[in-house]
Amino acid sequence: MPPAEVRAAHFASAEQQLAAARMGMWLFVASEVLLFTGLFVAYAAYRFLFPETFAQASRHLDLFLGTLNTVVLITSSLTVALAVHFASAGRSKLAAAMLAASIAFGVAFLLVKAREYGHHFETRALPGRHYGLEGLTLPGASLFFTLYFFMTGLHALHVLVGVGVLGWVAARCYRGDFSAEYHTPVELGGMYWHLVDLVWIFLYPMLYLI
Amino acid sequence: MNGAEAWAPGPPERTYLNARRGVVSWLTTRDHKRIGLMFLMGSLTALLIGGAMAMAIRLELLSPGPSVMDALTYNRFFTLHGVVMIFLFMVPAIPSVFGNFLLPIMLGAKDVAFPRLNLASFYLYLAGAALALWGMIHGGADTGWTFYAPYSTTTPTQVAPILLGVFTVGMSSIFTGLNFIVTIHTMRAPGLSWGRLPLFVWAVYGASIIQVLATPVLGLVLLLVAAEHTFGFGLFDPARGGDPLLMQHLFWFYSHPTVYIQVLPAMGVISEVVACFSRRPVFGYRMVAASSLGIALVGFFVWGHHMFIAGQSTFDSGVFGVLSMMVGVFTAIKVFNWVGTLYRGAVSFTTPFAYLMGFLYFLVFGGMTGVAVATVSLDVHWHDTYFVVAHFHFIMVGGVMMAFLAALHYWFPKMFGRRYPEGWGLVSAVLIILGFNATFVPQFLLGNLGMPRRYYQYPERFEALNVASSAGATLLAFGFLLILVYLLLSLRYGEKAGDNPWLSKGFEWNTRSPPPEHNFERMPIIEGAPHDYGAPPEVAHATR
Repeated sequence: MPPAEVRAAHFASAEQQLAAARMGMWLFVASEVLLFTGLFVAYAAYRFLFPETFAQASRHLDLFLGTLNTVVLITSSLTVALAVHFASAGRSKLAAAMLAASIAFGVAFLLVKAREYGHHFETRALPGRHYGLEGLTLPGASLFFTLYFFMTGLHALHVLVGVGVLGWVAARCYRGDFSAEYHTPVELGGMYWHLVDLVWIFLYPMLYLI
Repeated sequence: MNGAEAWAPGPPERTYLNARRGVVSWLTTRDHKRIGLMFLMGSLTALLIGGAMAMAIRLELLSPGPSVMDALTYNRFFTLHGVVMIFLFMVPAIPSVFGNFLLPIMLGAKDVAFPRLNLASFYLYLAGAALALWGMIHGGADTGWTFYAPYSTTTPTQVAPILLGVFTVGMSSIFTGLNFIVTIHTMRAPGLSWGRLPLFVWAVYGASIIQVLATPVLGLVLLLVAAEHTFGFGLFDPARGGDPLLMQHLFWFYSHPTVYIQVLPAMGVISEVVACFSRRPVFGYRMVAASSLGIALVGFFVWGHHMFIAGQSTFDSGVFGVLSMMVGVFTAIKVFNWVGTLYRGAVSFTTPFAYLMGFLYFLVFGGMTGVAVATVSLDVHWHDTYFVVAHFHFIMVGGVMMAFLAALHYWFPKMFGRRYPEGWGLVSAVLIILGFNATFVPQFLLGNLGMPRRYYQYPERFEALNVASSAGATLLAFGFLLILVYLLLSLRYGEKAGDNPWLSKGFEWNTRSPPPEHNFERMPIIEGAPHDYGAPPEVAHATR
């Protein structure tokens, strides 16, 4: 049974509370987008300075694993969207199951990423002064890997946080905290997850494809 | 609304200050007023630390050669002065203190939209400040508050904890801005349309947009510099093909708009004060409100004026120069409207009003020198000299600090229900305005003569002006200490203020002073415009 009173005392109505929560999340997403935008700008600047180096360095990434992770994340966004849909239909248990599936995809993404990182450490395709990849000594090569590690690392951190958020939301879903009328945390947690997914959709072509 | 006679003696009335008791009730509070007060204590502590560092710098510069400290210590002091004053005092000073305290009351709301997030902002601020102070004690930093690479990534001093501290304070700033935007959009009382918002709210709204959209970029660049310093990531290292100018671009993309995070709320304070103490609605309300958003918007596109001689192309510099002058246009709109409000107003010469006068003078003078340094050819001469230092302090100390002090005095009765001694208030205002001029006018002259900023020693021909500047700083420090003393004493011994000692028509005076725990006894319904002093000023004056 959903709790009778889900409205915090300082709001005049549940609609006001929902509008505030949604807007807050959109603004948070906007600030996250700008956090990554700084990195995109740095990437653009250095790619413009060293086009050949960046093109070659990108060949040293594992295209198969990158593509696999893209598929995994997009699928996880689908299950999150389904979770929001089921939660809004009042089917909390099914929503919890969908969230659990998303968490599994998120963990899978991190495991694949860890495997990629392991490979980079073996071949010393590393940032800055740790760089020592054989077969790529063009100027600016270490910059590519600095950006690669910083972008994917910051993104992986967001995946990790996202897994935690979805876990919390899934547990509350399973416990029956939400109903068709009130399921704001599912919706907002889902928004955060879509942001994480969307950032990767930019990172994947920038780092692996072009 | 003259509350003086309305409250018969009896048990002390319940206010937000005494509704709950004990340290824990403060540390776990979600009341925006208490969080505002805790921010006030935090930022005043920062002001004290930053001010002490400024005094140490002025002491060293009293004589041309080395005197009280060595060069490295001097470098640490000016770095930490900048970091503490900008990130720990200026940015939270008006939005987090007065914004927190007043915004919900002005909107007729019980609290901000996300009270728990608001408390989290305060703890992030504390954590960031602690981290930065820890770094200052364990080695400090000698890079200047701008952390320019490649020096910041190779210096042996402790830049990493300070960078992470500033990063954490930045998160606090983002959450505060986010909270305010959502509060303004969703929590307005019935009848409070956008066209009736007090101008302080409009100004905080503009600043909040910058906080949410620019701070993450600063956070990122600080993380990049910290990673480069600690792990040798080499993103801005020219030896690996990195471009230090890129770091400057990313840094100033935040750090120029950040001055508007500080100045816009200051302008909001001035709009409130000017209406109250000239007994007139603000002239050109719409233009003043819109120019806040104009400054917020244009402020995002002027960052390149910090890099006129850093290797940026001439074309870029020209574009950034012209865009920077646009800020002057929006600022002038505000200044003309404030002066228009004062014209034929029933002026009462109180302490907040004295600071208002100071603010107008400093803003106009500092603003005009701002247009001058935005001119590329002139800036080539002034870049990195004391001229720019003086310009910056005219806006930041002259503008923001005057507004901060005006706000502190104007809303002191609102916050604590007591009055400060008006005579001492005026004395310290005079001390501060004189001291401020004596400190920074010589710096304009020094800069124009070619004295570079951040230098530990200088040729003897600059000595007289430096002595004048240091003497002014001492006067300034006395002014601040005087304020500290009489405000602290007023907390206990000040005369009871009543609900509305200024007879202000600002919305925040619609409730008791100090306000009850949830701001209002019943939901207010807003009718009419803000600062609505109704009768023409002549009539109001005649009936006084």
